[in-house]
Amino acid sequence: MEHTPPPFFSRGPAPLVRLAFFATLSLALLVLDARFRYTEQLRSVLALAVYPLQVLASLPSELGERVGGYFSIQSQLREENVDLRARLLGASQDAQRFESARAEADELRRLIGAGEHMKLEATPAEILYNGRDPYARKVVIGKGGNHGVRAGSPVIDESGVIGQVTRAHALASEVTLLTDKDQAIPVQVVRNGLRAVAFGAGASGMLELRFMAANAEIQNGDKLVTSGIDGTYPAGLPVATVARVERDAAYAFARIVCQPAAGVESGRYVLVLKNEPGKVALPEDDAPAKKKTRARKPRRKEGDATE
Amino acid sequence: MQLNDSPAAQRILQPVRASTILVSFAVALLLNFLPWKSVLLVPDFVALVLCFWCIRQPRLVGLGAAWVLGLLTDVGNGVLMGQHGLAYALLAFAALSLSRRVLWFSLWGQALHVAGLLVFAQAVSALVRMMAGAEFPGLTIVVGPLIGALLWPFVTTLLLMPQRRPTEVDETRAI
Repeated sequence: MEHTPPPFFSRGPAPLVRLAFFATLSLALLVLDARFRYTEQLRSVLALAVYPLQVLASLPSELGERVGGYFSIQSQLREENVDLRARLLGASQDAQRFESARAEADELRRLIGAGEHMKLEATPAEILYNGRDPYARKVVIGKGGNHGVRAGSPVIDESGVIGQVTRAHALASEVTLLTDKDQAIPVQVVRNGLRAVAFGAGASGMLELRFMAANAEIQNGDKLVTSGIDGTYPAGLPVATVARVERDAAYAFARIVCQPAAGVESGRYVLVLKNEPGKVALPEDDAPAKKKTRARKPRRKEGDATE
Repeated sequence: MQLNDSPAAQRILQPVRASTILVSFAVALLLNFLPWKSVLLVPDFVALVLCFWCIRQPRLVGLGAAWVLGLLTDVGNGVLMGQHGLAYALLAFAALSLSRRVLWFSLWGQALHVAGLLVFAQAVSALVRMMAGAEFPGLTIVVGPLIGALLWPFVTTLLLMPQRRPTEVDETRAI
């Protein structure tokens, strides 16, 4: 008969067996997540479990801000107030002109038979923390599916686009920043209407226009706005300014580096725009596939961009 | 603080409470979620605390706890599911198998072991990311683990505090 230790010495399976079990489980999850994205359910359940910790973690900075606010000097406040009033005046003037201009533009669009612009609804949100991942540029914001945030919604701050919601949990959601290596955004040069796709350049915090011909008409200081032709980003949001154009005869494409307009990696408060998919008719066959693989498979996207 | 904390020199510790372990893990997760300016220079507190309990309490904390913490980290950071799960499971296994050896060293000797363990965990996680298509982010990724190892003596002192409290002080005791 085989010898077994008495039950009170039993410690369960050997460590190596346990390691094999958990390693296999992890690898299976990795493959399921990276290849098929089957783990979203499990992810949203676990996200609820971490949510209290995420909110707690954002408390210290909030507290610091409040204490700082308490000790701010009156003269400083008055200066700030005057400044804000001046800015409000300018902004309200712009807003009045915008109203009439929009009415006019809508009228004209109706005349030429084009669809109306998307109406924008925005949800303000606070950035809870940066994703702790040196390989990607992500932030977590404190609004989720319960507040109407959907995966794919564009996220902006006061001066331009900062990114896109890539995963919406119930109470929080993940935003991939424009500077992420795998993030792409369709843009248009304000000066001449040239269309392009801007990709994140990763660690440098800049954007790149890839696959622009070496003789493309683009120069330093050109402003880029969203073109709106993808149906995800509304048209006309500021994205970036061209910072450097390198044209090398040895390559077919120019190397164009742009500085994001918004404080992509700074700032705390953002607006999540509600996008309404289906307003813009996409080509029938591969439109859903393209949408799904936007953030995941940059290579296929690059192929699309060259076409 | 007594620097020589080997079993031969240490006082008899009280048995650890499950609540201490749970709270320490929650605090570590919280520290990881703080909005740090530069992520590369901040040590992975969860890995550090996990290392500590795997070395100190190999019977209580093991691969299962490590794996669950890994999944929570993955979800909180929005990275691939199982990336930290795998890294922490391997880290826990390495720490468990070193647990009998490490405690015989002085605190800084232990920190040296822990540096190796943390760098190993970081390397696993980086390897997974690179298999999934990310670029190698540069050798700065070892800075965080090394700073984590420097924190080891403080973590040890802090986490052993609850076990060092006397249960009841006997005023009439002869010695």
